[in-house]
Amino acid sequence: MVSSPTTAPETAPDSAMPMVRFEKVTKRYGSLTVLDSLDLDVEANEIVSIIGPSGSGKTTVLRMLMTLEEIDEGVIWVAGEPLTHMRRNGGGLVRANRAHLRRARANIGMVFQHFNLFPHMTALGNCIEAPIQVLGMPRAEAVARAEDLLEMVGLKDKMHQHPSRLSGGQQQRVAIARALAMRPKVMLFDEVTSALDPEVIGEVLNVIRKLAQEESLTMLMVTHQMGFAKEISDRVCFFYGGQIAEQGPPDKLFSSPDNPRTQQFLSAVLEAG
Amino acid sequence: MIEWRWDFTWEILPRLLEATLYTLLAAGIGYLIALIVGLVFALLQRTPSRILTRVIREIVEFIRSTPLVLQIFFVFYVGPQMGVSLSPWTSGMIAIGLHYAAYLSEVYRAALDGVPKGQWEACTALNLSPRLTYRDVVLPQALPIALPGMGNYLVGIFKDTPMLSVIGVAELMHTASAIGSNSYRYLEPYTIVGLIFLLISLPTAFGLRRLEAWVRLRLGMTRQG
Amino acid sequence: MTYFEFLGEYGPRFLTGAMLTALLTFLASLLAIAIAFCMGLMRLAAFGPVRWIAIVYIEFFRGTSLLVQLYWIYFVLPLFGLTLDNFTAGVLGVGLNLGAYGAELVRGGIQSVPRGQWEAALALNMSPARRMWRIIFPQALVNMLPPWGTLLIELLKGTALVALISVADLMFEARQINGSTYLSAEAFGTALIIYYVMARMIISPFMRWLEGVMARKVGRA
Repeated sequence: MVSSPTTAPETAPDSAMPMVRFEKVTKRYGSLTVLDSLDLDVEANEIVSIIGPSGSGKTTVLRMLMTLEEIDEGVIWVAGEPLTHMRRNGGGLVRANRAHLRRARANIGMVFQHFNLFPHMTALGNCIEAPIQVLGMPRAEAVARAEDLLEMVGLKDKMHQHPSRLSGGQQQRVAIARALAMRPKVMLFDEVTSALDPEVIGEVLNVIRKLAQEESLTMLMVTHQMGFAKEISDRVCFFYGGQIAEQGPPDKLFSSPDNPRTQQFLSAVLEAG
Repeated sequence: MIEWRWDFTWEILPRLLEATLYTLLAAGIGYLIALIVGLVFALLQRTPSRILTRVIREIVEFIRSTPLVLQIFFVFYVGPQMGVSLSPWTSGMIAIGLHYAAYLSEVYRAALDGVPKGQWEACTALNLSPRLTYRDVVLPQALPIALPGMGNYLVGIFKDTPMLSVIGVAELMHTASAIGSNSYRYLEPYTIVGLIFLLISLPTAFGLRRLEAWVRLRLGMTRQG
Repeated sequence: MTYFEFLGEYGPRFLTGAMLTALLTFLASLLAIAIAFCMGLMRLAAFGPVRWIAIVYIEFFRGTSLLVQLYWIYFVLPLFGLTLDNFTAGVLGVGLNLGAYGAELVRGGIQSVPRGQWEAALALNMSPARRMWRIIFPQALVNMLPPWGTLLIELLKGTALVALISVADLMFEARQINGSTYLSAEAFGTALIIYYVMARMIISPFMRWLEGVMARKVGRA
C-alpha cells in the first residue's frame, strides 16, 4: 500500500469543515449560466460520483476545483482553507492571487478524459516530472515513488515506454499514477473512461476501485459508468441545469430516485447502454 | 544628428508617387502572369504522364530554391544572347511572373489535394463531366483553401518589385536611389519608400483576410474540421 | 570557351562567393532564430504592451521589402550616427527581416500544442515557466521544424540581395564575372545551380535529419 498522503502545514484549518465545500458557487459563460448557486459538501475520504446530462455543469465542477476555470460567485473551500479566495488580515475573504492558487492546488489532482500525458517523456518520466520540478523531490526518491505507483496500476514493465506505444487504457493508468505522485488529498476523475475502447475500460476501473478501497483519498468522479458508480460510491449526485437535482446513497438513487428528472435520465442511459 | 528636410520631401514626393504607380502596375502584371502560369504548372502535374509531372516538378523546385534577383539578371542578360531582345520591363515581368508562378502552383496543388477524395468519387457516381466536376464541386471547395496563400503572394510580389530596380526598371526603389545619388540625400527618399510599402501592404493584408472570411461564408463553409 | 574551361577559370571565385554566402546565411540565421523566439514569445504574452511591441515589430518587418530595409540600414543609419560595414548591415537586415517571419512560426508552433497539455501541467501545479520550458516548448519545437526549413531557404535567397550593397558573395561574383566576360548564361547559370545545391542538397537534408532527431526525442518515431 502506498503511504498515505502528507500535506503542507496549514494556517488554522477548520477541522469541522468537510474536505471540499462549494458555497453558493455560480459560473457563467457569457449569457449561459452553467452552475447556479451550487452548494456541495464532500467529506474526507468520501467517494462521490457525479452524473447527469451533458451541459448540466458536471465537468465544470471538477474544472473549477482544479482551478482550470475561474469562479463568478461564491467560494470553494478545500481542506478547511478557501481555494478561490484568500483570508484577509482583518477577517473576510478576497479573491485569490496566483501564489495562493498554487499553494492550494497542491491538495488536488486530476485525471483527464483525454489522458494528456506528455508525449515527449516516458511513462516514468511523466510520473517523476512534477515531483522533481514542483515539489523539489530528489530524483532517486521521485523515481522510487513513481515505480511503486506504476506497479500499483500494473504498468511497471512499461515504465520506459513513450505514451505513443501504449494503449488508451494503459495511458490512462499512467495518468492516474502521475496524478497520485503529487500526493493530493482530493482526486478528480473527469469522464476518464469516455475516450477508451470498451475492452480496456475495465482495467482503468479496476485501478480506481483499488484506490477507493485501499487509499484514504477523497474522490470526485464524473462518469457515465453507472454500474461502477453504484458499486464504489458513497454518494451519487445527479446534476441538472447547473444544480444538484438529487443526491444520496447509490442504492437509493439508482433504484428509487425521488426526482422524476433523475428517473428520466437513468432510463435514457439504461436504454442506450 | 541629421535633420529631416520637409521642403525636399514635398519636392520629391510627386516623382515617388508616380513611381509607386509603376510599382503597382509591375506587381499587378507580374501577379496575373503568375496566376495563369502557376495554374498551368499545377495542372501539368496532374497529368497521367509521369515524365512530364516529374520535369515540371523539378522546374518548380528549382525556381523556388534560387533567389529571384538572380533569376531577374538571368532573364535580362541571357534573353538577348538567345536572340530575344527584352526590355528591362519585359524581362522583369517574365522573371517575377515565373518565380511566383512556381509558388502559386504549390498553393493550387495543396488546395486541390485539400478537397476530400470522396468529393471526386461522388461526382463520378453522379456522372458529372470533368468540367462540371471542377466548376461546381472542386473549385468552390479548393478556393477557400487557396486564398490565404494567393493573398500572401500578392503582397509578396508587391514587396519584391524593388528587385526590378537592379535592371533599371523605373519603379519606386530605382527612383528613390536615383534621387538619392543625384541629391546626396538618402534619408527622405528611402524612408518615404519604406512608408509607402507599409501603407500599401498592411491594409492590403488586412483586406485580404476579410476577403478570405467572406469567401468562406459565401461558399457555405465554416471552420474546417 | 567551353563550360568546363569557364568553370576551371572562374570556379574559385564562385567558391569564395559561395563561402561568403554560406557565412552570411549562418550568421543571419542565428540572429533570425534569436529574434523569432524572443518576438514569438512576446507575441503571446498576457501583458498588453509587451505583446504590442512584438506585433509592431513583426508587422513592420514583414510589411516592408527586405531590399528597402537593407538600403535603409546601409545608407540611412549612418546619418543617425550608426555606420555599419556592408557585411554587418547585410547580416542585420536579413536576420531582422526573416526573424519577423520566424516569430510567426514560433507562435504557430506553441499554439499548435494541444490545450490538454497546458491543463495537465497546470493540474500538476507546474509554474508557468517550467510548464513552458519542459512541456510546451519541446512539443512546439517539433511542430515548427518543417516550416523553419522553408524559412531558412528563404533566408539563403535573401542573402543574395547583399550583393547590391557590394558584399562579395556568390551573387556579387556572378555579376562581376558576367560584367567582364559577357558569358551571362554560364555566369548566372552557375550561380543559380550553386544556390540550388545549397538549398536542396544541404539545408533540406539537414532539416529532415533534425526533424527525425526531434521526432524520436518526442517519442513519435
